[in-house]
Parts: sequence; C-alpha cells; structure tokens
Amino acid sequence: MAAPLINIKEVSYEYEQTKALDHISMTVEEGDFLAILGPNGSGKSTLLKIMLGLIRPSEGSVELFGIDSKQFKHREWIGYVSQKSNSFNSAFPATVQEVVAGGLAKKAGLFHKLPKNTAQQVEEALDAVGMKSCKSRSISELSGGQQQRVFIARALVAKPKVLILDEPTVGIDVQNVQAFYDMLAALNRERNITLVLVTHDVDTVTDRISHVACLNQTIHFHGFKDQLHMMSDEKREAWYGHSVRKIHHTEGSHTHA
Amino acid sequence: MLDAILSYEFLQNAFASGLIIGVIAPLLGVFIVVRRLSLIADALSHVTLAGIAGSLYLSQSVGALALLNPLYLGIASSVMGSMLIERLRSVYKHYEELAIPIILSAGIGFGAIFISLAEGFSSDLFGYLFGTVSAVSRQDLFIVAGIAVIVLAFIRIFFKELFVLSFDDEYARASGLPAKWIHFLFMIVTALVIAGSMRIVGILLVSSLMTIPVATAMRVAKSFKQTIWLSILFGEISVLTGLVAAFYFDLAPGGTIVVTSIAILLVILAYRKISLSKKRGAAA
Repeated sequence: MAAPLINIKEVSYEYEQTKALDHISMTVEEGDFLAILGPNGSGKSTLLKIMLGLIRPSEGSVELFGIDSKQFKHREWIGYVSQKSNSFNSAFPATVQEVVAGGLAKKAGLFHKLPKNTAQQVEEALDAVGMKSCKSRSISELSGGQQQRVFIARALVAKPKVLILDEPTVGIDVQNVQAFYDMLAALNRERNITLVLVTHDVDTVTDRISHVACLNQTIHFHGFKDQLHMMSDEKREAWYGHSVRKIHHTEGSHTHA
Repeated sequence: MLDAILSYEFLQNAFASGLIIGVIAPLLGVFIVVRRLSLIADALSHVTLAGIAGSLYLSQSVGALALLNPLYLGIASSVMGSMLIERLRSVYKHYEELAIPIILSAGIGFGAIFISLAEGFSSDLFGYLFGTVSAVSRQDLFIVAGIAVIVLAFIRIFFKELFVLSFDDEYARASGLPAKWIHFLFMIVTALVIAGSMRIVGILLVSSLMTIPVATAMRVAKSFKQTIWLSILFGEISVLTGLVAAFYFDLAPGGTIVVTSIAILLVILAYRKISLSKKRGAAA
C-alpha cells in the first residue's frame, strides 16, 4: 500500500506557553478532499503551516510522501493558497500571467531560468480555473474571487499532487463562494488533485468534500464526511464548545454563542 | 556639452558613473518599493554617512590613511548596517520596523561625532552629502562599475525568486524557495548600491533615486517587467538632466537629479489625471 501523501504523527505546537495543537495524528491519502473545520483559534492555520514546513512542531513529526518533512525536497508537489488578505501585496504592479509564472520558480530550480513553454503552462493553469481571458490584466484590478482563482492557478502551474488552501474564500462575495468550491471539486474529481482546506464555510463545503477533520487543539473527529453525524453530542460540544460563552452584564445576564 | 565630456576626465567619470547608477538604483529600487523597504534604504544611506565621515576623519588624523578612498569605509559600514538591521528585525519580531530608526539614528550619531572630530564640514563631505560632478575619480568609477556587475548578476540569477518573494513572501517560503538567504543577499546588494550611488547623488538623496523613478513608473506600467524598464528610463533621464544642470549652473547634482525626477513624476501624474478624465468624459 502506498504511503499517505501527508502523515502527521503526534504533533504538538506551543506558542508563547500556550498549547495551540495537542498530539495531533492524521493522514491525508491520495484523492482526498479534506476540510479541516474548527472554531477561531482552534489551531487550523497552525496545522496547515506545520504541514507546509513554515513552522516546526514542538513535538511529533510530519511525513510528506513517506519522507520526513525536514528532508523533503519536492516542495513543488505541494501547492499552497494562503488567505489572500494575509500575505498578498494588493497594489503589486504585475499581470496575472507574471503572477502565475511565479508558481514555476521552485520547479525550475535556483540558478535556472523559467522553462521555454512557461507561457503555455500558464495558459493551461489559467484555463483550469476559468481565468484564461484575464491573463494580461493587472492582478490589482481583479475582484477578490478572481484573485483567489489566479492564486490557485499559480499553485496548479507546477502540477502539484496536493493543494493546501487556508480559508480561500475570505474576501469573496457570497454569490461566488459556491462557484469557487465547484471549481475545487472539479480539480479534485477530474485532475485527481488531493485537496486539504481550512474553512469556515461548513454548509457550503460539505456537499463537495470527501473527508472532514474536526479540530480544536486536538482532533475530535477525522473520517469520511458521511460518518460525521455519528459524532456524539459530548464530542461535538468539546469540539466547538469553547466558542459558547456566558457573558454577565451588570443588569441581568445573557448567554451568547 | 559633448565636447566638454570628451575633453575632461572628471566629466567622463561623473557621466559614466551617472549612467551606471541611473540603471542600478531604480532597478533595485523596484524591488525595494514593492517590498515596502524604502525606509531601509534611508537608514542605510545614513549609516554610509558614518562610514564616510569616519574615513574622512581617519585620513586627516592618520598619515598612512591620507589617501584612503572614503567609499571603501562607506561600503563596509553600509553592508554592516544591512546585517544589523536584519539582526534587530529578528530580535524585535513584533516590532520589526524599530530596526530602521535605531540604525538610522546610529548612523547620524556616529556621523555627527566623526564630523565634529574632523572639525566641521569640508568641501569633501559636502560632496558626499549632496553629490558632486567634479570630484568623481576614475577609481570611484571603477568601484561603481564593479558594484553594477554584482547587482546585475544578482538580479539576473535570482529574478524569479525575487519576484515571488516580493509579491508574496509567505508563498515563497511555503513553496520551498530559500527566502531567508535571498533576502539577506538582497540587503547586502542594496547596501552596495547605496554606497556606490552616493558619489553622484549624495548620501542624503540616494534613496530618492531608488524610489521616485519607481513611483513614477508604477503609475503607467502595465506589468512588472514594464515597471522595471520605465523606472530605469525615468532614472536615466533624471540623472543625465540633473548632471547637465549641475555642471552648467554649478549646483549639487543630488539636488538637480532629485528635482528632475520629481518633475517627471508630476508630469506623469498630470498626464494620468487628464487621460482618466478624458476616458470618463468619453464613457459618459
């Protein structure tokens, strides 16, 4: 049996003496469309960053394609789409084509130029996300949803085996969120790209995904999405419980969820 | 003017250095501006001032160092300043911008001490502060040419990595690019360009030549590569016009170069405003 694409083994992470992740173990197999769900501050983005090697776990280890992540060299096999608002310089003077071509930088290698067929590869990637007609436009002119599609094209251009997305629909209009997840589902189905995504859009995403991981410092559930209903009420409360708070006002008391 | 350039070696040195600086300062400036590091260029230029002032003081007080080209100590202090900024940025992880005022003040502080020790301003120091047409030596020209070779090689070799890093540094790190090393090299190359450009533009105005042509290009460019070419074009026009004006009117070239680059910026801004209002008028 082939090794899982991502194998997280007993991973814990502490940040300024606060435990963000506590002994997480889970695997991502080829062809999975996994959504990691959890309340704010549950460690979802931290877990993604550990998978990507952006931060090192305090305990435990991560294997990528059967190789310890510290020794793993083929980063181009893993595409990454971050939360747009966090990292992208929104006034950057570049065309869509230039941004997507940047996705080939690692694959081409240090001291090497981009390949001769870069323009063709960029067009194919843009076609896959329905943005081919925008290739000459400036990235800063596009809407939030269009920009996110371009960033997915940037991740796809290096032909990754896994695509990791951190809250990709932040900043996208509600009307376009459905179409965005349809596009991801098509990439998973038609191109066999394994997808791992962190999101808050629980209702929208559940129709498209194959697996769910419920995270809140620790894994409360990980398996096929159809088995999610088997999660007990106690586990469900332990998973999402910390977002339910009692707020005492000076005059009377109210409970907010 | 051409006759004068062909006749006098000092003019040949000044114009040749100016032509080189007109390429490398805006070229590196594009990456500095899009990475929002413009203030770092200012901090490094002030650290260079400390090195230049220190060198001028040493050449006055130590006989063996009388002929030392101040550019060497200027380059050394600028490179050291870039490394210190990086060190401080890692110490103050949550207040990274603190590194800039600390290093900038240290540069001015040491500069002021060396200037006082040297008993005030000399015409040499004035030239380093605001640029000079007459005092650029053949040795200065060779140093500037050497720095240009390093800068052009660096940009050519790491262009795609620099582009990705400038656009989205988290993505660059996640995709396995050696972002930390490339940034470190970038800072050293920036320090070299600042030290190399100051003979013509002057320490106090060097960061303007790295940022104003880029700011102008960004208003009209349609792509990243176009931004680079237009920045170099605007940089060259500013340097050449500024040098000619400085020569004829006996002014500091730093001032004339920067004023020219601001004039180009104003023209482009006005052109953009007029063409936008015409477009709106046509659409209405």
